[in-house]
Amino acid sequence: MPRVVVDVMPKPEILDPQGKAVHGALPRLGFNAVSDVRQGKRFELEVAEVTDEVLAEIDKLADTFLANTVIENYTVRVEQA
Amino acid sequence: MRVGVVTFPGTLDDVDASRAVRIGGNEAVALWHGDHDLKGVDAVILPGGFSYGDYLRCGAISRFSPVMTEVISAAQSGMPVLGICNGFQILCESHLLPGALLRNDHRRFICRDQKLRIENASTPWTSAFSQGQEIVVPLKNGEGQYVADADTIARIEGEGRVVARYLEVNPNGSINDIAGVTNEAGNVVGLMPHPEHGVEDLTGSGTDGLGFFTSLVEKAFA
Repeated sequence: MPRVVVDVMPKPEILDPQGKAVHGALPRLGFNAVSDVRQGKRFELEVAEVTDEVLAEIDKLADTFLANTVIENYTVRVEQA
Repeated sequence: MRVGVVTFPGTLDDVDASRAVRIGGNEAVALWHGDHDLKGVDAVILPGGFSYGDYLRCGAISRFSPVMTEVISAAQSGMPVLGICNGFQILCESHLLPGALLRNDHRRFICRDQKLRIENASTPWTSAFSQGQEIVVPLKNGEGQYVADADTIARIEGEGRVVARYLEVNPNGSINDIAGVTNEAGNVVGLMPHPEHGVEDLTGSGTDGLGFFTSLVEKAFA
């Protein structure tokens, strides 16, 4: 069954306290190569088939529900099984 | 006036809000998230808590509950609506208010008696206060950082739509120390601090919060 992935990320100009907390923990754990961390959400949506209509619906649900576009951006992509 | 207080799964402060409504001289009417029914109330309060467990984002799922369909349509027709804390988050998610609320910039939950300045005393929820009046009410939040893009902030500041501002301490990193905002029509107010916990001398920080619940009466007789 095909899978559509929606990634939701805080907008670049929005402070991301969770990403900041993760980044702050890295040096304490001995990881020093990472200069910044942003934390987002990944949604995996199972669909019977991928059509333009289905993708339009997913775009709409991502825009109205999965992401708050005041503070977040999202991308939609089809993942081949 | 009859004031509806909505209970969602995970709401915490509906009982305190109802009590504050009664102490303020109005009748509190319990409303349920799953009902398409406002029971003929004259105003609605969305109380604080963690509706739907804050899943997805604070207020994101509550916004689509049956009762919110009715609240959104009533608010658009001018009914007074007050969202406190989680209620503020729900109003932003519903696009009844501009902006959004993020995790506190310092990443910790904060609970303190908070000094505020009432910046707009002309809403149905703040008319018992005088413009510029300073009050102290409890504040408790983990995701209270008010944000909006620069154009939105300039617009709401220019239109006098900041209802209350934090004084002395900005407890969560909110832009311009904003603690509460109102919509263009002025009937919908969102507030991060908790006036419903400050209505009796016995507990809390005093009775400064009472004005939010007596304002409706003053407005009705004005």
